[in-house]
Amino acid sequence: MTLTEILFYTFSAVLIVAAVGVITARNPVHAALFLVLAFCNSAVLWLLMEAEFLAIVLVLVYVGAVMVLFLFVVMMLDINIAQMREGFTRYAPLGIIVALLVIAEIASVVWVKRLGLEEAAPAVFAAGPDYSNTRALGELLYSKYLYPFELAAMLLLLAIVAAITLTMRRRRGAKQQDVAAQVAVRPQDRVRLVKMQPEK
Amino acid sequence: MIQQSVLLTIVLAPLIAAILAGIFGRFIGRVGAHTVTIGGVALSFALSAWVLKLLLVDGAPSVNETVYTWLVSDGIRMEVGFLVDRLTALMMVVVTFVSLCVHVYTIGYMHDDPGYQRFFSYISLFTFSMLMLVMANNFLQLFFGWEAVGLVSYLLIGFWYTRPSAIFANLKAFLVNRVGDFGFVLGIAGVVYFTGSLDYQTVFGLRETIAANTLEIIPGVEWQAITVICILLFVGAMGKSAQVPLHVWLPDSMEGPTPISALIHAATMVTAGIFMVARMSPLFELSETALSTVLVIGATTAFFMGLVGMVNNDIKRVVAYSTLSQLGYMTVALGVSAYSAAVFHLMTHAFFKALLFLAAGSVIIGMHHEQDMRKMGGLKKYMPITYWTALIGTLALVAVPGTSGFFSKDAIIAATAASHIPGARYAYWCVLLGVFVTSFYSFRLIFMTFHGPERFAEAGHGDHAHDGHGHDDHHGERHGAHTPHESPWVVTLPLIVLAIPSLFIGWFTIQPVLFGDYFGTAIFVQEAHDTVAHVAEEFHGSAAFSLHAFLTVPFWLMVAGAASAWFLYIKRPELPGEIANRLSWLYRLLANKYYVDELYQAVFARGSRRLGTVLWRAGDVTLIDGAVVNGSAHVVGWFSGVLRRLQSGYLYHYAFAMIIGLSALLAWYVLR
Amino acid sequence: MIPLEFVLMLAGLLFALSVAGIFLNRKNVILLLMCIELMLLAVNFNFVAFARQLGDLNGQIYVFFIMTVAAAESAIGLAILVVLFREKKSINVEELDEMKG
Repeated sequence: MTLTEILFYTFSAVLIVAAVGVITARNPVHAALFLVLAFCNSAVLWLLMEAEFLAIVLVLVYVGAVMVLFLFVVMMLDINIAQMREGFTRYAPLGIIVALLVIAEIASVVWVKRLGLEEAAPAVFAAGPDYSNTRALGELLYSKYLYPFELAAMLLLLAIVAAITLTMRRRRGAKQQDVAAQVAVRPQDRVRLVKMQPEK
Repeated sequence: MIQQSVLLTIVLAPLIAAILAGIFGRFIGRVGAHTVTIGGVALSFALSAWVLKLLLVDGAPSVNETVYTWLVSDGIRMEVGFLVDRLTALMMVVVTFVSLCVHVYTIGYMHDDPGYQRFFSYISLFTFSMLMLVMANNFLQLFFGWEAVGLVSYLLIGFWYTRPSAIFANLKAFLVNRVGDFGFVLGIAGVVYFTGSLDYQTVFGLRETIAANTLEIIPGVEWQAITVICILLFVGAMGKSAQVPLHVWLPDSMEGPTPISALIHAATMVTAGIFMVARMSPLFELSETALSTVLVIGATTAFFMGLVGMVNNDIKRVVAYSTLSQLGYMTVALGVSAYSAAVFHLMTHAFFKALLFLAAGSVIIGMHHEQDMRKMGGLKKYMPITYWTALIGTLALVAVPGTSGFFSKDAIIAATAASHIPGARYAYWCVLLGVFVTSFYSFRLIFMTFHGPERFAEAGHGDHAHDGHGHDDHHGERHGAHTPHESPWVVTLPLIVLAIPSLFIGWFTIQPVLFGDYFGTAIFVQEAHDTVAHVAEEFHGSAAFSLHAFLTVPFWLMVAGAASAWFLYIKRPELPGEIANRLSWLYRLLANKYYVDELYQAVFARGSRRLGTVLWRAGDVTLIDGAVVNGSAHVVGWFSGVLRRLQSGYLYHYAFAMIIGLSALLAWYVLR
Repeated sequence: MIPLEFVLMLAGLLFALSVAGIFLNRKNVILLLMCIELMLLAVNFNFVAFARQLGDLNGQIYVFFIMTVAAAESAIGLAILVVLFREKKSINVEELDEMKG
């Protein structure tokens, strides 16, 4: 058993445990933290599979941004945990059956039927010592996938705008600038010249 | 050569006039309405006369052309077209002439009526419909005219639509005509089925094909196709021309204003059936069974409807029954293949019957809308013009030798005597005895109305309370005792104008129309059926024909009828009542018109109402409303109620559905 | 060297666990969102594994885009959640049945 394999099985086991933790944790905060653990393990596994850039992105984007957002929301909202847990096991049998079905199906695809795997199995490519995953990805992304890449950027921008629009609310009494009104103002609205008789 | 535009003008002038008077009547006023309609009909009449002259004198060929193709469906062309030969031209002249007289007469008769413009619009429309009917060159247009005439007659009979009796009468006329039209449509359908064409010439060209076919309507019983078609077409004619047993609408149509009675009974509507059968002569000639049917029905109508006229006391209804009887004569003539005699009688009858109706109308005006003959009498000295014109009409009707009615009716009787098809004997006796009956009721009318004691004075008071159906009173003016007066010139002028042809037209036209080659190819008669030829052998000019009449049975029967009428109503006026008492069963049978109305009421009207109730309960309420309409709604409601449960609104239900569906699809894909 | 089948089974296991998670945590929208993230991770695993197996970087590009969409999705999903909570004072799915037919 090589070191790679040992690392793979170890992190795989931790990943499964973390996933079980995500779906069974009582507290949503714990669930979110388990998810962070799962992501970190996945990043390690991806490193083992020579997807270095994606592994880093997973940690940076998912753990650093998305999961923080999750935690933020979970903690901000006052969630009644007890009520949420009511009937927790009611659909558990159905869920387990469906989950087992899914596993059985994937197993049959992978082990029994080997759909399309025959062609893929022998062709394992090994990269050279001066291979840079980031560089290769970057070259592909900015040439062949330039247009989808820009679309993805627009999508993220859209997501930002949408998230802000949805959550923003005007608080009464909050002081705000009305830029349009400021620009459109005329001098005579501001200054009134009054002619007064001098005091005697 | 007859221009198409002339024919179009003839047809369209009354239509345009009708539209102007009907829709814009309010703007053009009374004078405008009658000017425009009379102008339209007069134009039609003048052009019709010109067309007749072109055909007769100048020898122009007959016209058969299509004006407009409405649609072509599976090779069947539906068109508007004109077939104008001598038969058509004769009908056109008669129709437009009588219509013109009626138009003029209406000015006087409807003078005080609030529906003045409407009335003129209707009668012009009536003229248009009839012209479309007679000028058609195909079955579809014939049917259009046929139905249009029916529609306008419905409107006219119910002209005084506030009276329940008028509404009843027009509904009755409409429904009875529906029965006939049903047969007519089936007949046309039969024609189309066998020939694939609606055009007259094509159909007549293929008549041998029809004759070679048989129909099996009831399994196991085969009928000659031509017989079935002809009888069905004749059923239509029975409806329009009021033959037994579809005659019931005609006496009731007296509910309409008198000018309309004249128009319906003399020139339009009722003659449509006779004209149609004459036009279809190439078809009818091929089926002796159909001809026999026509003959027997016509004979029955001629005699038995005349009998009813003998006991009726309403002046207009007596004339109406005489119309029925005369239509029976025409039908008999059709039955014995004397088509030319039928059309000839149609023409003479149009003149003298219009005259009689208008005279009756004049009497009604003079009596301030009193129609009961028992309250008249001695009117001769008050209404001389009406009296003399009515007398001329009566003489023509009873066929006094020399008058127009004599020539046509005698020709029919002679032709019937010469016929040998089944039923001819029966028909001969019917038409012969019919002469006596005709004479009796006609002179009874004259004597009761114009001679004898003046009964209107004593009847003027009080007795108006009884208001049986048929009173022409629409003004609500109830004078007490009043003196009858002669009618204005717009009323008497048409009388005089109609009296002239009533007297003389037969004398001049019998030779060419009956025995000459007037109709040419318009009417087709088989050699074996040619009864008119037999009559022609004995015909040696009008004068001789008239003189010979004094030696024949019909003449003396006519005299006998006149004499008995004189004896019973002038000499011994108390006798009729006694006879009625003595023969009360017969009197009641006749006075109630053989109880046919009651029979129809009981069987058809009430029967169909009962059937309607049953169908309404079972079919409409239970089946359609209950099962189909509400039932389908309930099923949809129930089904969607079930489906609604699926839409729980819970997010996770949808998520579950997606996941389970996904894994099921995947399972199918994997385990396939 | 890690066999491809093992990675695929690991991804399948992860996917099945998140499916079970959706059934278990059906009431809590936040946990539903987390399970969806987990599912996407499982899918990404497949892409990465195949990219390595076939030496084809296009698979990794795909993962890149999936992560973009997933980030956008969770941002908007959470924003909706915040609005929802503001309206209802709860994110209990059982109380959200306005769509009931």
